[in-house]
Amino acid sequence: MSGFGKSLKIALGLIVIAGLIVIPMNFNRYGLFILSQWAVMTIAAMGLNLTLGYAGQVSLAQGAFVGIGAYAAAIMTTHGWPLPAAIVVAIVLSFAVGWVLGYPALRVQHHYLAFVTLAFSTLAFLVFRNESWLTGGIYGISNIPRPNFFGIATNKPLPFYYVCLGSLAIVSVAVWWLIRSPWGRAFMALRENPLRAQSLGIDTRRYTLMAFAIGSALGGVAGALYAPLTQYIDPVPFNLSLSLDLLMMVIVGGAGFYFGPFLGAMIAVLLPEWLRFTEGYYLMLYAIAVMGLLIWSPTGILGILDRYLAERRTKAASAQRAVAKSRLETAQ
Amino acid sequence: MSNLFDLLVAGLATGAIYALVAVGFTLLWQTSQTINFAQGEFVMLPAFLMLAAMHAGAPFWLAIILGILLSMILLGLGFKLLLVDPMMRHGVLPLAIATMALAIGLKEAVKQFFSAEASPFPSIVPTGDVSILGHAVSLQSIGVLVVAILAVFGLTALLNRTSLGHQMQAAAQNPTVARIIGVPVERMILLTFLINAVLVALASLLITPIYLAKFSSGEVLGQAAFIAAIVGGFNQVRGAIAGGLLIGVLDNLAASYVSTQYRAAVPLIFLIVVILFRPQGLLGRAEERTV
Repeated sequence: MSGFGKSLKIALGLIVIAGLIVIPMNFNRYGLFILSQWAVMTIAAMGLNLTLGYAGQVSLAQGAFVGIGAYAAAIMTTHGWPLPAAIVVAIVLSFAVGWVLGYPALRVQHHYLAFVTLAFSTLAFLVFRNESWLTGGIYGISNIPRPNFFGIATNKPLPFYYVCLGSLAIVSVAVWWLIRSPWGRAFMALRENPLRAQSLGIDTRRYTLMAFAIGSALGGVAGALYAPLTQYIDPVPFNLSLSLDLLMMVIVGGAGFYFGPFLGAMIAVLLPEWLRFTEGYYLMLYAIAVMGLLIWSPTGILGILDRYLAERRTKAASAQRAVAKSRLETAQ
Repeated sequence: MSNLFDLLVAGLATGAIYALVAVGFTLLWQTSQTINFAQGEFVMLPAFLMLAAMHAGAPFWLAIILGILLSMILLGLGFKLLLVDPMMRHGVLPLAIATMALAIGLKEAVKQFFSAEASPFPSIVPTGDVSILGHAVSLQSIGVLVVAILAVFGLTALLNRTSLGHQMQAAAQNPTVARIIGVPVERMILLTFLINAVLVALASLLITPIYLAKFSSGEVLGQAAFIAAIVGGFNQVRGAIAGGLLIGVLDNLAASYVSTQYRAAVPLIFLIVVILFRPQGLLGRAEERTV
């Protein structure tokens, strides 16, 4: 039974992956852009899901890390560095800044932590806007090149979509591995009961900082892909609302669920596009949809699925109990 | 020196508006653990309700009354019944996210149904200057300060001097015990939502003549009020007032003494320092909740 369920899951996963590779082949330019954006935002949301969903540390600064990554990539690639090098720099930079941002989390928790990270997010935006010697200020950085991989240029939308998808695949595998490693378990212990985690010998200090740093580093990766995707960046996309959007993606998808960010990013990036036919009303409908969903299921989309599966399992278990009981009775 | 005086007066006037918004913000937090990310949009909306009433032919005074009433219905009653009530028991974060979505919805609704452009808004105070201690002070600043101070005093008197206020405090401090001794906790919570709606409508009335009515004007204001509430003390009405005035003055001083580019950074850095060294806020008390 469980073997069958597992192979079903694997088959489903393979179909989805094949679909993501094959179906976009005849998409137009804009469709590919939106889908690439989905892949990039999913990476950033996965990072936030690690910090928030698994380690339980509220962060309203993920958008700032996407910005840091994007600027690192934009500045380096326009100066002739290859994109992979820029991604490494983006990771290191976001990791370091995220580590430092984790220190307030050692002192304050929950909403206070949210406020500190919110302030950081706005400060980062001010730096992007005002330090024009580095970031180009409000004029931004244009003509960001797309990379060549193994001699294949990715200037066209389709090849670059595969770059984004490939990066998403690598990040997904890494996160999958991470949450199943002792580190992932330590993160969850931190979320569920920090005091008990500490008494079990988990260095909560280090893991709190790690949760922030790794989550932020993924934000940096997303940013480093965002810059060559749009080929032009200015400070506006990296203001506070990006951080809020990313937080919304994680909660709407289902915080603490591995597939939550995939669905959340899908809602946040694709749903407004699907609603475009309503013209001026599309963002309004999107807002109503998000509120409705959260009222229905505060644990997000995967929360609904989780509840449904749990219910079915209880039902199956009680049915089995009933059968066993009647067998016992007939045997007597 | 005269420059400093002008800055202080202007800062106190903006700060008084921040304080109104911040007080509402803390009231919602205390009675229902609602972090209202749409508070800035709550301030933006009443001005448009009043403008709509005026477009329909109502005189200004009637438009103000209608605006406040509609704000109580939509932003007080409606907000509580439709969004807060179904989500309250699920914790702070999902509700906070829902209010973020609400903020987007309100902004888009105003943009779509009213206008994407900034509209002028009449002032309740006549324009002009009066001379105080040899300084020209704009009547508008004085008017804003007077109205805001009256509102805050009225609210404080309500909370501290009346039986109703005491019941509200009890409902906020310990809902369970309050319920046992017969306080209608649910009604008290609803009352704080209505008070918040009146406060944001007042703030809207005071600030819109200065900054024009625009669908996006809530963003900056909401954040300022947010910072004011936390800096002053998230769990204290007088903390929110002090925080509002402080942030208003700090903002104005930073604009002329630091740099226009980084003026917005000053309150933020102040916020981070306060949270790290005094998380309960400057006037707040730790572990205790008081209206």
